[in-house]
Amino acid sequence: MTTLPPWAERPSRVGALLKGLLLTLITVGVLFPIYMVALTSLSTQEAVTEAGGLVTVPSGLSFAAYQELFAGGVVTRSVLVSLGVTLVGTAISLTVTVLAAYGLSRPGSLLHRPMLFLVLLTFLFGPGMIPNYLLVSSLGLIDTYWSLILPGAVTAFNLVVMRAFFMNIPDEVTDSARIDGANEFRILRTIVLPMSKGVTAVIGLFYAVGYWNSFFNAVLYLNDNAKWPLQVVLRQYVLQGQSLIVGQSGVGTLPGQSLPPSLAIQMAIVVVALLPVLFVYPFVQRHFTKGVIIGAIKG
Amino acid sequence: MLSDHAKTGPAGDLTSPAGTGTSKDVRKRGSRTRRARPRPFGSRLKRDWQLLLMALPAIGLLLVFHYVPLLGNVIAFQDYSPYVGIADSPWVGFTNFQWLMFDESFWDATLNTLTITAFQLVFYFPVPILLAVLLDSVVRPRLRLFIQGIVYMPHFFSWVLVVTLFQQMFGGAGLLSQTLRDHGYTGFDLMTNPDTFLVLVTAETVWKDAGWGTIIFLAALAAINQNLYEAAAVDGASRWRRLWHITLPGLRPVIVLLLILRLGEALNVGFEQFFLQRDAVGRDAAEVLDTFVYWRTLLTGEWSYGAAAGLVKGLVGLVLILISNRVAHRFGEQGIYKRS
Repeated sequence: MTTLPPWAERPSRVGALLKGLLLTLITVGVLFPIYMVALTSLSTQEAVTEAGGLVTVPSGLSFAAYQELFAGGVVTRSVLVSLGVTLVGTAISLTVTVLAAYGLSRPGSLLHRPMLFLVLLTFLFGPGMIPNYLLVSSLGLIDTYWSLILPGAVTAFNLVVMRAFFMNIPDEVTDSARIDGANEFRILRTIVLPMSKGVTAVIGLFYAVGYWNSFFNAVLYLNDNAKWPLQVVLRQYVLQGQSLIVGQSGVGTLPGQSLPPSLAIQMAIVVVALLPVLFVYPFVQRHFTKGVIIGAIKG
Repeated sequence: MLSDHAKTGPAGDLTSPAGTGTSKDVRKRGSRTRRARPRPFGSRLKRDWQLLLMALPAIGLLLVFHYVPLLGNVIAFQDYSPYVGIADSPWVGFTNFQWLMFDESFWDATLNTLTITAFQLVFYFPVPILLAVLLDSVVRPRLRLFIQGIVYMPHFFSWVLVVTLFQQMFGGAGLLSQTLRDHGYTGFDLMTNPDTFLVLVTAETVWKDAGWGTIIFLAALAAINQNLYEAAAVDGASRWRRLWHITLPGLRPVIVLLLILRLGEALNVGFEQFFLQRDAVGRDAAEVLDTFVYWRTLLTGEWSYGAAAGLVKGLVGLVLILISNRVAHRFGEQGIYKRS
């Protein structure tokens, strides 16, 4: 059942038990808060009242919180905003990054060195929050969704990881296509990319998660709360527990919801913020173990 | 061309994002072209224009959104007003920096930042190492993959989400308080207590990132020669002696490298985590340099002052990174860029 090497002594019973206990504790430590939040979001008002708050043992289940959230209003809108920004942003970032990683993957090509230097130098010094804000504002991007996408569209780090991967593809593979007259775009699309599915998936996940989680850029650049992405809504209504009616600006409200949001609804917002990550993650996870992102950590 | 890369090793390129063996390659390349006489610009353009075109969008974005705002830092030497603009705002020399040096709240924020870094070095930094050793000892591959999948996951949650989850567990209305009250004890609120703030943020960081942090140590563990373990076991070394004499020395280079790099980033403790909790916990404990810049500028409109603080932080950070890389090189490690 195990692949213990022949020279290793069998673990002692106490040792094995302790190890198992520790691992269980760690796993439960990660999963329990998520379980509790999900269960509370699916509980009836009575179950929440009976538990005196968060529900840990299922009693009455209902989808009421989700029905209310998606009946149109602040949360529905913010989910759509977050989804849109994530899809468009990831598409742009991934395209730009793949192209540049390939374009910079051949040392000795024209302007290769200064361009690479430009990319690498961004590791050492960030421009800082205030100048960033001034730039975004002078480009007229305040209160546009582009302010959530363009400033972080290319991460030098992702670009460099991808480039390193492309550089490991042997020249012979692409050379024959080049001799047959294929241009670089075609080589990238038909030969290099199919060989790089893993790294593309991982970098895509990094970008997508970044956009889905984007919070501070929205706080900084979006004054109009009708444009808020989900993370800002999560902070406002769950972390700070504000009432879901946003009176003065006349933003859409939850029908029949004038009190501070009930716990179930708050937890449902948390689940909605969590769910896409939970869904996409298992499909990309297997690439982590293949060493694709070892480089990703060392930065 | 590729034979050059082959020499840096197939994995070598992946494991050094900044270096990626480039400077070396370029230099070799340079010496070769000197001998072989460079091709004229026109013919290189004809050969490489497609590659150039591909790199252009990314380079353009970096220029506009990284290098242009870098220049925007000049407002730190001005009395900038958004209504007047950079071109017409009066220059004030180093006045903003002088004010900054006598600003108690700036030094408080600096001290908080360094305290958090130091605390996390002691209480966060070893966690991924220990966790990696523990995970590595799980022999059943499927079980190990399963646990890895779970502990990596929180890395992909946003800070808003992580802080919210902690609030639900340890806040005033959280599960722990709720359970304590049910049993007749008084509840407590970890989320608003400045005295335990260091513990709180470190616990959050451990929950979110310790699992993900194991990846690099797991890779280092996998690279340790298994024959060493066998030889030691045959010679009668116990499990713990093997851990001490083989596993730890095997991890040492990675530990040293990450430690040095973390010191280079001493002024960066992450922004959102503190931004989110500053109001609940209070400025005295939760104000770090980044949040200082934010609140001074965007709430009071002291643009130049905030930019000056940001610039100081950036420059000191740069110096720290350069020093830490020098030290990394001294230890025979690569650092984030190569020795030149």
